Amino acid sequence: MATPSEVVLEVRDLVKHFPLTQGILYKRQVGAIKAVDGVSFELRRGETLGVVGESGCGKSTLAKLLMALERPTSGKVLVNGKDITTAKGAELKHMRRNIQMVMQDPYTSLNPRMTVGDIIGEPFEIHSEVVPKGDRRKRVQELLEVVGLNPDHINRYPHQFSGGQRQRIGIARGLALQPEIIICDEPVSALDVSIQAQVMNLLDGLQKEFNLAYIFIAHDLSVVRHISDRVAVMYLGKMVEVGTDNQIYDRPSHPYTQALLSAVPVPDPEGREQRERIILQGDPPSPANPPSGCRFRTRCWKAQDICAEQEPLLEIRAQSGDHPTACHFAEASDVVHVS
Amino acid sequence: MTEVLPESKSSNGTYGGALLEVDNLHVEFHTRAGVAKAVNGVTYSVNAGETLAVLGESGSGKSVTAQTIMGILDMPPGKIANGEIRFRGTDLLKLPEEERRKVRGEGIAMIFQDALSALNPVFPVGWQIAEMFRIHRGMSRADAKKKAIELMDRVRIPAAKERVSDYPHQFSGGMRQRIMIAMSIALDPEVLIADEPTTALDVTVQAQIMELLAELQRESNMGLILITHDLGVVADVADKIAVMYGGRIVENAEVHDLYRNPAHPYAKGLLESIPRVDLKGQELYAIKGMPPNLLDMPTGCAFHPRCPYRQEKCVTDVPPLHTISGTRGSACHFWREVLDGDAQ
Repeated sequence: MATPSEVVLEVRDLVKHFPLTQGILYKRQVGAIKAVDGVSFELRRGETLGVVGESGCGKSTLAKLLMALERPTSGKVLVNGKDITTAKGAELKHMRRNIQMVMQDPYTSLNPRMTVGDIIGEPFEIHSEVVPKGDRRKRVQELLEVVGLNPDHINRYPHQFSGGQRQRIGIARGLALQPEIIICDEPVSALDVSIQAQVMNLLDGLQKEFNLAYIFIAHDLSVVRHISDRVAVMYLGKMVEVGTDNQIYDRPSHPYTQALLSAVPVPDPEGREQRERIILQGDPPSPANPPSGCRFRTRCWKAQDICAEQEPLLEIRAQSGDHPTACHFAEASDVVHVS
Repeated sequence: MTEVLPESKSSNGTYGGALLEVDNLHVEFHTRAGVAKAVNGVTYSVNAGETLAVLGESGSGKSVTAQTIMGILDMPPGKIANGEIRFRGTDLLKLPEEERRKVRGEGIAMIFQDALSALNPVFPVGWQIAEMFRIHRGMSRADAKKKAIELMDRVRIPAAKERVSDYPHQFSGGMRQRIMIAMSIALDPEVLIADEPTTALDVTVQAQIMELLAELQRESNMGLILITHDLGVVADVADKIAVMYGGRIVENAEVHDLYRNPAHPYAKGLLESIPRVDLKGQELYAIKGMPPNLLDMPTGCAFHPRCPYRQEKCVTDVPPLHTISGTRGSACHFWREVLDGDAQ
């Protein structure tokens, strides 16, 4: 997918700080959780951007900001050139049609008291101009067929479906308004291994069919590599390295990316004794009080004085090769092959 | 029955067979909707210093088997219909609860998936670790607390002395899992069952925990039963692997053999559905259909509705666990074809 197509989503310096308050009657702010702290990227039509990182790095907050479910502290999210973060009322509603979401847990993201037809058809109730009332049922059945479910099951309830089928229902709901962008927040991690491949294939096929742009958030690095054109690695609210899948997986230059990749167990026992592992010590620091300078320096084996003083910017560096990385001592190295 | 007690611990090998043997275990759940046969004739064994991986999806019976070994299965609705669980040659299922309690913790210990819900939120972690020593060893509070601090050091919790009085919610996920591990190794068990110990953790923390487990195993020569659904984790640490499907073991093998050339269509399908770099952009191989409903198991081979090798025989006859060579087995009528790799 090297042909550059138009940019459908542009994110500029996105920041979200959640205030930390103290006191019951008179709340005063004593600090902030810096969940997302200056993230910028672009997404083109038909492209998939994978976002990886550990829990607490701000992946899901990023997804909520893109969906305009949270208002950012500062920064812009431009959907087809229009800023969704300042949009209001009818304009916001109209913009939301274009950016939809598939949730992680298909067991809690579907209302157990609604039939599948009602769940998938609900977007049409809200955006009534998309499909005229009389055609809605037919349209829902078409959607069921698109995601590989039996259209006759339109009157069933979520509990009558398995996990994989429920995730398909969630995907059908995301597709209902024919969006250009779909945000998938850990779409396969709650599913059984044998079902994951089915849902991955479905997402892949839908992308080709409808030329969708995906933001694919996941912690399973081999799944991300399979589906993504580009991959962004996040650590404590910042992107530390961005590149094509080959750049990130074969020539990672940020120490965190290298550690992350080398920590992934390789599903092949051959030569496991010789495999080199970078095992990070400790846990990520709290986003309420991130380290000065480079946020990764507290767990980094390359850290020096400059790392505490100066924050490394996400830029292309001499040693990092061809893609931007946020490390003073970036050096591309082929740590481990995550297949 | 004294041979299960800790006195015999030093005399490793007083009993000729494997350290822990599960033999033809059948467990059912009696529910209003009918009888769910969660475990249907599972047989596996683990020796000192050995790592057995039990691989399977949700509902395959891997956790129920582990709970039965530990004797923490809820009965009712659970019911052990048949089988033996031998620890150093003694059938645990026949022991009175009192004796069983001694084995639990000292002979066999278990780590659970979700450390936050496995720990008691209203007691300090040190108190919970020390409980093992107070109850099983009759130590005083002060001595037990000292032991707890030692253990927290051993599982590498920083500043153990200061943190011994902290509560579970004050620890991160990885640290909580370390506390669980500290509790489980407190009494030097001979077999440790780890039920999805890293599933809820991030990959970098997962690597830390797996390394810790491997180290503890080396130090004390424990037998480790690792229950997981992650083919990567298995490939990293296991010696032997038992693949479970629909309450049965469908393939038994040395880990290298299974990854090189699986002998059961289900194991083969799982391995082929892993995304690989050279297949990027192509459709992933996916096992068709979905896992069986335990209340309504398919006839014959439980995997037949999803199997590319299916023939008429599979619908009617339950395949026995065919011996392929030595310890290797496959519960497939057509294991030869699967090994050769030509699907129908």
